[in-house]
Amino acid sequence: MLDSAKPKPALLEIKNLRIEATSYPPGEPPRKVVLVDDVSVSVEQGKVLGLIGESGAGKSTIGLSAMSFGRGGVQLSGGQVMLNGRDIRTAGPSDLRALRGREVTYVAQSAAAAFNPAKRLMEQVIETSLHHKLMSRAEAEARAVELFRKLGLPNPETFGTRYPHQVSGGQLQRAMTAMALCPKPDLVIFDEPTTALDVTTQIDVLVAIKAAIRDTGVAALYITHDLAVVAQVADHILVLRGGKKVEYGTTDQIINTPQQAYTQALVSVRSIDHIEKADAAPVLSVANITARYKGTTFDVLKNVTVDLPAGQTLAVVGESGSGKSTLARVITGLLPAAQGRITFAGRTLSPDLASRSKDDLRELQMIYQMADTAMNPRQTVGTIIGRPLEFYFGLKGAAKRARIQELLDEIEMGAGFIDRYPAELSGGQKQRVCIARALAAKPKLIICDEVTSALDPLVADGILKLLLSLQAREGVAYLFITHDLATVKAIADKIAVMYRGQVVRYGSKTDVLTPPFDDYTDLLLSSVPEMKLGWLEEVLASRKMESGGN
Amino acid sequence: MRRIPISALIGLILTGGFFFVAIFAQLIAPYRMDELVGGVWDPISATHWLGTDSIGRDLLTRMIYGAQVTIFVATCATILSFVTGSVLGFIAATAGGWVDQALSRLVDLVMAIPTLILSLVILTALDVTMINLILVMGFLDSTRVFRLSRAVAVDITVMDYVEAARLRGEKQGWIIFSEVLPNALSPLVAELGLRFIFAVLFISTLSFLGLGVQPPLADWGGLVKENSAGLVYGIPAALAPAIAIAALAISVNLVADWVLSRTTSLKGGRGA
Amino acid sequence: MHPVIKLVVQRLALGLLLMLAVSALIFFGVEALPGDAAQAMLGQSATPEALANLREKMGLNEPMLWRYGHWLFGFMTGDMGVALTNGESIAKAVGGRLGNTLFLAFWAALISVPLAITLGLVAARYNGRWPDRLISGITLATISLPEFVAGYLVLYILAVKLHWFPAMSMVFPGMGVFERLSAIILPVIVLVMVVLAHMMRMTRAAILNVMQSAYIETAELKGLSPLTVIWRHAFPNAIAPVVNVVMLNLAYLVVGVVVVEVVFVYPGMGQYLVDHVTKRDLPVVQACGMIFAAVYIGLNIFADVVSILANPRLRHPK
Repeated sequence: MLDSAKPKPALLEIKNLRIEATSYPPGEPPRKVVLVDDVSVSVEQGKVLGLIGESGAGKSTIGLSAMSFGRGGVQLSGGQVMLNGRDIRTAGPSDLRALRGREVTYVAQSAAAAFNPAKRLMEQVIETSLHHKLMSRAEAEARAVELFRKLGLPNPETFGTRYPHQVSGGQLQRAMTAMALCPKPDLVIFDEPTTALDVTTQIDVLVAIKAAIRDTGVAALYITHDLAVVAQVADHILVLRGGKKVEYGTTDQIINTPQQAYTQALVSVRSIDHIEKADAAPVLSVANITARYKGTTFDVLKNVTVDLPAGQTLAVVGESGSGKSTLARVITGLLPAAQGRITFAGRTLSPDLASRSKDDLRELQMIYQMADTAMNPRQTVGTIIGRPLEFYFGLKGAAKRARIQELLDEIEMGAGFIDRYPAELSGGQKQRVCIARALAAKPKLIICDEVTSALDPLVADGILKLLLSLQAREGVAYLFITHDLATVKAIADKIAVMYRGQVVRYGSKTDVLTPPFDDYTDLLLSSVPEMKLGWLEEVLASRKMESGGN
Repeated sequence: MRRIPISALIGLILTGGFFFVAIFAQLIAPYRMDELVGGVWDPISATHWLGTDSIGRDLLTRMIYGAQVTIFVATCATILSFVTGSVLGFIAATAGGWVDQALSRLVDLVMAIPTLILSLVILTALDVTMINLILVMGFLDSTRVFRLSRAVAVDITVMDYVEAARLRGEKQGWIIFSEVLPNALSPLVAELGLRFIFAVLFISTLSFLGLGVQPPLADWGGLVKENSAGLVYGIPAALAPAIAIAALAISVNLVADWVLSRTTSLKGGRGA
Repeated sequence: MHPVIKLVVQRLALGLLLMLAVSALIFFGVEALPGDAAQAMLGQSATPEALANLREKMGLNEPMLWRYGHWLFGFMTGDMGVALTNGESIAKAVGGRLGNTLFLAFWAALISVPLAITLGLVAARYNGRWPDRLISGITLATISLPEFVAGYLVLYILAVKLHWFPAMSMVFPGMGVFERLSAIILPVIVLVMVVLAHMMRMTRAAILNVMQSAYIETAELKGLSPLTVIWRHAFPNAIAPVVNVVMLNLAYLVVGVVVVEVVFVYPGMGQYLVDHVTKRDLPVVQACGMIFAAVYIGLNIFADVVSILANPRLRHPK
């Protein structure tokens, strides 16, 4: 829109931005909360700025400020947001409507919720272009089809005739990108566009987004919590924490020579060096397990066989729908297996929960993904940890309290927590309490179901370190279910890769992670973003070579 | 302790006042319940603060005894509907299977007929006594409590902490009383208020239709009926019990609203 | 068969099944209660001979199942039997009264539905500001008013004190439409009062629920005007919940009619029903109960069918 012969001013220039929200705690007077404080950053034409930080860092809030939009009572209360040379922070509603969708567009994290379920995709993709009278319907549809093609969507000619619920999550995310690019904006805000996707889908979407940005020459704000992802697409990176700027630099500088301690921690996250232990006698043997849900004829697990040596960690890795959580349900007895046999601590486990002995139950504990829902909100930390002590060991009174204290020390939480309620704990603390509850039973095996995937990377790292040190001390074995390969590398002694209900690869960590790979493991491993520049291109190049060779 | 909002305070005071009057009606009332003390529809005076009724009884006295009858019947019906509904609801939710199916379908069936219509059908065949009224009201209304408590309990039983308790090997009793019940309490307490209001309105309506509390005893709905004939001649005696019904319902509503907002923000409730 | 048609047919079949179950409940439920219809009618002091005579007359000595079948078949063919109290055909008495009741309910619905939806939209638009607060305050007051209290308040103020309208709503055959309308003004006002606030609040909740969806934010971020957002993106998704709200309240209206008719001495189904409950005339009460239940179930089925038809996932399966 600007004359390209003149020297280009920054497309978007945020100066000393301050964003506040009013919170309404029940029964108390409303109070102001500062979400973003004194943040300045700029984006030049055709460049990509990565905004990175943990939850609550204010990255999405800053992203939306580029459209002068505040979610649910959020106010842009100070500073300037200069877009194409004018301050839009204080612009009126009609000016804002004129720029939203024309100069800046938005790609939401959950495309499934961001598309109107009652309208066809094409109608929604071209709506902005028609509303702002940027092109005729025919032109807009032609451009949409071209974008569908560019983004690698199937049958681009007819893709738009479908309804949102008729296409997959990854396709919907790409359709949302097409919707953002269709009106030829100057700037697109990508708000965690790949976070909700499986890792093998994420890489496809990432490639599509990157190519689309390059081909259209649009500038972008790319918001994510995953530094490895943003390193693949951004020119510059702004690291945020608690609404404040931590560090800003080129992608190369942030990844390779981070200056601030926080950035360094983010870059080195999940680089825990775990050396696998030598093989030992198994504490758990799962042999030829086949399972299906009641009233269905489809086997969610097919002939699964794995061993877990005592005091070691077996990582079960796979994407959503691979059957990895079902395996946990079968081992715990919540879903009795149709066929096969489970041996635990030398005994054959009865398939269903009700007929297991108290010792079987005690020695096999479980930790959940969402610590929030895994603890009764009406019980204190002391009650939560104390119940298994009472239930399995009959501990009461002072002895129980002393043991609770010991367990709290083990999970590196102080004495003050014993009378607190779960709602008063942070996400990481909640997960620690769940670990203590499992430990209280003195188990031989703990099943960890995606225990770190709801946590911010640094917090997750702390949990993994804790689990490793507990294993070294207590000799407890872990069955670690996860979709995240970085976590697997950090903690596993043995790995089982699952795909569509079957174990496609099983062995020691080194064996599983060393070529030659089977096709699925190869795809899975190569899809995990690495913390280095140019990784995405390397993967693409190697995949092209392989398919060229075939 | 946080301060009580003004609306809830008004509701609490009024509700408390109504219950006080109901409990001590015999002590407070200036006259006997069926004592003829004046002419037909005497106007308001120093001796008869609300005037007299359609046959010359003191209206204030009738209102005070009316409060006792109304609140007694409504309270009994509420307790009955609540106990029946929540116990069956919890059983249906935790037992599942055919027990749940049978109870849920039965409740669907009863709720397919408007409560007033169904109770009219039943009261045609049943003697209209106070016990029967309470039983009919309580059981018909327990369907609503059943639905709510079942829904609440089903939401809770799928939580991971309930699964964790099952995996630990806890008995069914522990799971219901220690894991499910404490978390189901706050929505149920608020519902208690709403059910009580419903019971007040319902018994009033039945009595107004002549199918509730029978003379010479009268609840507020019956008092409206007794005095309604005067309205057309501009005698407002029927309005006093009518306003009392509305006032009681509104004050309980104010309290219920407050309880609901307060319990959900308690420690351990949703959010910090 | 298209899945939507299948679902609609299933829903209709379920409705019929429910109606059958309701008829059984109304018939056998009454039978299962202590005492029988003859006893109830004559009272505790009745002589055994009188009781036996009445039992014979009512056919109470026949097997229960046979009587049920007879009753149900008669009902479906338009023969509802005769009233015990005066021996008149129930179907004939119901015919005229049902018309009167529907006339009343129709006008109450015609006024309250558009009004409630409009005000519900206004409340949703000004969520949390004074129009919204005003509406929730009024709602609280009106849901605490039983129909007969509202009825007498309106009657006392508008008819007795202000003399604007007649206090009784007499209608009779041969009356002109305009006269009829002026006769039912007060009961219509009361019925509108009784359902309006509820319907308004539920409409508001349904609209707010849709307005909080992520796709509404998407539409706002496209730069569309608020009206376009509501019309193009909120409205198609709000149809089903709003229709549900309306049907639920119309079902509520059906019950309100019973009481309001008694207050205003209006010759409709409600008064007929209440009269005969007092007289313990079981056949009349059962017939009226069936009719009210059928209307109630019918409205609920209608709401469900609209929900099915408005759901894009069902209309356009994968």
